[in-house]
Amino acid sequence: MSHSISSADIAARPRAMPWIKLRRQLMGKIAYPLIGLAILLAFWWFGGYLIASNPATQAFAGFAPAQALPQAWQLFISGTLMGTVLPSLYRIGMGLLWAILVAVPVGILVGASPVLRQITGFPFQLLRMVSPLAWMPIAVLAFATWDGAIIFLIFMAALWPILFSTAFAVQRIDPMYFKIARNFGASPLASLQRLVLPAIAPDILAGFRLALGIAWVVLVPAEYLGVTSGLGYAINDARDILAYDLLAALVLIIGIIGYLLDSVIVMLIRYLGWQNSD
Amino acid sequence: MGASIQINGITHRFSGKGPNVLENLVFDMAAGRSTALIGESGCGKSTLLHMLAGLMLPTEGCVRINGQQVTKPHPEWNMMFQRPGLYPWLNVRQNVALGLQFTGKTEALAQRVDEMLALVGLSDKGAARPQDLSGGQQQRVALARSLAVEPDVILLDEPFSALDAFTRRNLQLEVRHIAREKNITLVLVTHDIDEALTMGDSVVVMGRNPGTFQSVMNIDLAYPRNPIDPKFAKLREDLMARFKHSVEGQPQARQTSFDAIANNTNKIKTPAHERPLDQNNGRSSSLPLNR
Ligand SMILES: Nc1ncnc2c1ncn2[C@@H]1O[C@H](COP(=O)(O)OP(=O)(O)O)[C@@H](O)[C@H]1O
Ligand SMILES: [Mg+2]
Repeated sequence: MSHSISSADIAARPRAMPWIKLRRQLMGKIAYPLIGLAILLAFWWFGGYLIASNPATQAFAGFAPAQALPQAWQLFISGTLMGTVLPSLYRIGMGLLWAILVAVPVGILVGASPVLRQITGFPFQLLRMVSPLAWMPIAVLAFATWDGAIIFLIFMAALWPILFSTAFAVQRIDPMYFKIARNFGASPLASLQRLVLPAIAPDILAGFRLALGIAWVVLVPAEYLGVTSGLGYAINDARDILAYDLLAALVLIIGIIGYLLDSVIVMLIRYLGWQNSD
Repeated sequence: MGASIQINGITHRFSGKGPNVLENLVFDMAAGRSTALIGESGCGKSTLLHMLAGLMLPTEGCVRINGQQVTKPHPEWNMMFQRPGLYPWLNVRQNVALGLQFTGKTEALAQRVDEMLALVGLSDKGAARPQDLSGGQQQRVALARSLAVEPDVILLDEPFSALDAFTRRNLQLEVRHIAREKNITLVLVTHDIDEALTMGDSVVVMGRNPGTFQSVMNIDLAYPRNPIDPKFAKLREDLMARFKHSVEGQPQARQTSFDAIANNTNKIKTPAHERPLDQNNGRSSSLPLNR
């Protein structure tokens, strides 16, 4: 038995690598998430079992996966889901759009000007701490339509994360980059286009991802307001008609859509990011 | 091509009542010539170069390039810094094109970028990200970015001091060669005597507190120059002597610091803001004046 390393050993090693890598990828991408999902389902099932087996809560037995999952599937194939989801997506889209339109320019100004930063520091931190839902009475007064009021609430929720990450990103731009631009006689507009915006794009997206998460959470309670469409309304409605299986199905769908939206942003961050060093 | 530079009685203070950082500087540089400015750290070399570039205005006096007073940056004169300042969100090609886009010279852009990349020997790196290049390659990209706008003047603020000795020497020879080919006026700030002698048609020795021009030496050596050439060695001695004189001529006795330089010990530290951020602290066989 020889302990010397033969050329066959050396050749075999790189060939073994892809297998290990593939297995690790399969585990990471599929197996582990499936285990997590199974645990979640088990808890759901167990909760449903507890509810169904207690005479006091038996009326809510529809929450269990056995009732809710077929209901979710039914919603999906019957097409009613689209009618419920689209108004919600519209409101969240408009709220986020307004938030970007305001937060990015203001964030750039605040990031670029120390004086403006001093002036806005306290009021912005104060406003940021107010729960977006606390604006509800004011929104209802200020906007003629329910849609307008909800979009305003989403806007208030999404504004701050985008604004703060934009301002912070502008402050962090290497002064050398500005010197290079100035050295070539770059106009302010050209500097904005070729230097500031690309430099801060990854941070804007990271702020946008935070904003989307908060906005999606705020959306459902905001839709408890007068509107007669959207996911929040549908949940309220399901509760009123005691359709607990439908209610649970909607909760599930809200979670799934939120996850999908977040995944899209994560993909965008990967695509546009220049900061990752791999 | 090429442009003359006149330094017309420049005096500078950073604050109204502050001390003069530069005092009554007068000098003419002919078109296409190369002038090296050497002096201790803090004598105002960078400040002066920023004024030549139009990135800063002097308190008194003015700079004229081809007779035209410099009041702001201009594509015809371009500065290169110790750090290349490449934009990490752009690839190498896009970085080379940056100056052209900022200055609005976008005709035949792709072709110009190709030419410049070939000139600095990085034709195969166009798609690379600047972060993935070595320090020397990054500085070559910065050189290509500057050359692309076809400047009459290039101002170099210690652009090689963060590089290893071998890369540094190659870049010194290359930049001097390209500038001669294109008849570009060079102003080079350095604290490396060999660098000044390798690249300068004349070397100006600066004194400190306040910054003044102490003496000028013409370097009559053929290019490319070689440090082991006996004439080069002779000039180095001469320049060292002038430098010593300029240091001794200071109001405060700076004898000790000069001894440190002459013995090539690293007692004099470069201020933190001047130290290279890059990986390799430039180490050189030549005599670093202040490190
Ligand atoms: N922006 C500034 N404000 C005040 N003082 C400065 C400024 N920039 C440089 N100085 C001072 O001016 C002097 C010359 O600096 P600098 O031109 O950077 O010297 P060098 O490039 O020769 O090392 C130094 O004493 C430095 O501290
Ligand atoms: Mg300097």
